Amino acid sequence: MELVTPGIGLIFWQTVTFLIVLFLLGKFAWKPIMQSLNERETSIENALSAAEQAKLEMQGLKAENEKLLAQARMERDKILKEASEAGNKLVETAREKANEEGARMIAVAREAIENEKRAAIADVKNKAAALSIEIAERILRRELSDPQAQQALAQSYVSEVSLS
Amino acid sequence: MKRLFVLLFSFLTLNAFADAPVEGGEFKPGDMITHHIADDYTWHFADGVVLYLPVILVDNGELKVFSSHNFYDDNHETVPYQGYAIEHGHIVRVNEAGEPLEDHGGLYDFSITKNVVSLFISVALLFGIFLTIASRYKKNAGKAPRGIQSFFEPIIIFVRDDIAKGNIGPKYERYMPYLLTVFFFIWFNNLLGLMPGGANLTGNIAVTLILALLTLLITVFSGNKNYWKHIFATPGVPLWLAPIMIPVELIGILTKPFSLMVRLFANITAGHIIILSLFSLIFIFESLAVGPLSVAFATFMNFLELFVALLQAYIFTLLSAMYIGGAVEEHEHEHGEEHAAPGAAAH
Repeated sequence: MELVTPGIGLIFWQTVTFLIVLFLLGKFAWKPIMQSLNERETSIENALSAAEQAKLEMQGLKAENEKLLAQARMERDKILKEASEAGNKLVETAREKANEEGARMIAVAREAIENEKRAAIADVKNKAAALSIEIAERILRRELSDPQAQQALAQSYVSEVSLS
Repeated sequence: MKRLFVLLFSFLTLNAFADAPVEGGEFKPGDMITHHIADDYTWHFADGVVLYLPVILVDNGELKVFSSHNFYDDNHETVPYQGYAIEHGHIVRVNEAGEPLEDHGGLYDFSITKNVVSLFISVALLFGIFLTIASRYKKNAGKAPRGIQSFFEPIIIFVRDDIAKGNIGPKYERYMPYLLTVFFFIWFNNLLGLMPGGANLTGNIAVTLILALLTLLITVFSGNKNYWKHIFATPGVPLWLAPIMIPVELIGILTKPFSLMVRLFANITAGHIIILSLFSLIFIFESLAVGPLSVAFATFMNFLELFVALLQAYIFTLLSAMYIGGAVEEHEHEHGEEHAAPGAAAH
C-alpha cells in the first residue's frame, strides 16, 4: 500500500511546481515557439505557392515568347518573300523596259535607215535622171545636129500627141 | 501485461520480505527495491555520499524546518529528533523513548524529499532547454532551426500535428501548452529516473495523480454541450435507462484519468523494479557467474526503459488529447443517430 498511497508533500510540490512550469513555459516557451513555427510554415507555404506561381508565369512567358518568335519568323519569311517578289518584278520590269526600249530604238533606227535609204534612192534616182537627161541631151544634141533627124523626132511627137 | 504481473509479484515479495525475520547482514532484495523506488528524505548517491535534504513539517499549524541529517546517526541508523522519527520511510511522532505514537492527526509532511529535488532538477532542465529554444526562435526568426532547436522541433511538431491536431481538432491550439508541458515533463522525468541514483518521480502515484487530475479538470471544463448531453442524456438510449446510464457515464469520466494515473505509475515503477530485481539476482545467488547474465539482461531492460520513457510520455499525452478531444468535439454524430433511428425502428 505504501507505493500506491500518494503523499501530501509530493502532491503539494508537484501541483505547485507543475502549474508554475505550465504557466511559465506556456507563456515564455510554447507561445513563441508555436507562433514562430506557424509563421515559418505560412512563410514556407507562401514561398512555395509563389514559386509555383512564378513557374506558371514563366511557362506563360515562354509560350508567349515562342509565339512571338514564331510570329517574327513568319513576318520575316513574308518580308523576304515579298522582297524577292518585288526584286523579281523589278528585274522583270527593267527587262521589259529594256526590251521595249531596244525595240523602239531598233524601230527608230530602222526608220532612219529607211529614210536614209529612201533619200539615197531618191538621190540616186535624181542623179540617174540628171545623168540620163544629160546623156539624153548629149545624145539629142548629137542626133539633132542632123535636120532630118529633127524632123523625124518632131514627127514622132506629133504622132504621139495625136494619139493621146 | 507482463509488467503488471511483475509488479504484482513484487508486491507479494515485498510483503514476504517485510514479514521475514530480520537477520543481520542478509541481503533483502525486497527492501532494497522498495527503498530505491520509494521516496526518501536523503539522496543516497553511494556509500558515504549522502545528501541530507530539508524536512518541512506542519504540525498543528506550526511550521518546522530542519535538516534530515538530524534523523540519522553516524552509522546511518534512524534516531528520533524533536519528537519525530522516520518510521518505514515516513516521519511520525514519537514519545520520549523513541516509540511511534498512534496519533498522526494534524501532522503534514511537506519535506523537500528526493523526488521533490528530482522534480526541481527536471523543471530546471525544462526551463533551461525550452526557454533557450524559444529565444532561438526569436533570434533567428524565419530561418532554419539549429542545434538543440532542431532536435526538439520535430518532437514539438509531432506533438502538435499527430497528438493535438489529430485528436482534438480545430480547437487544438488552446491545449498545446498543456500537452507539450505534460509530454516533456513526463519524458524528462522518466529519463531522469533511469539515471543511476535517479529518483522514481514519474513512478510515484502522487505525481501521476496530479497529472491525471489536471487532464480530468481540463477535460471537464472544456466539455461542450454535446459532451454533457452524452453523459446525462446519451442519444439513442431510452429514458428509463438513465438511472443506470448516468452513474456509469459519471464513473467513466473518472476512470479515464484513473487509468492515466495507474498506467504511468505502474509502467515506470515496474521498469525500475525489473532492473533492480535483475541486479538483485547476483546477490541472491551469491555467484559471480550470474553477474554477466544479470548485467546483460539489465542493460537490455535499460534500453527498453529508454523506449518506454518516451512511449509513456507519448501515451499519456495522446490519451489526454483524446479525452480533451472527446469533450470539445462537435458531434456530427447526431446526424448519424437520426439516420440510425428509423432503421432501428424498422428492425
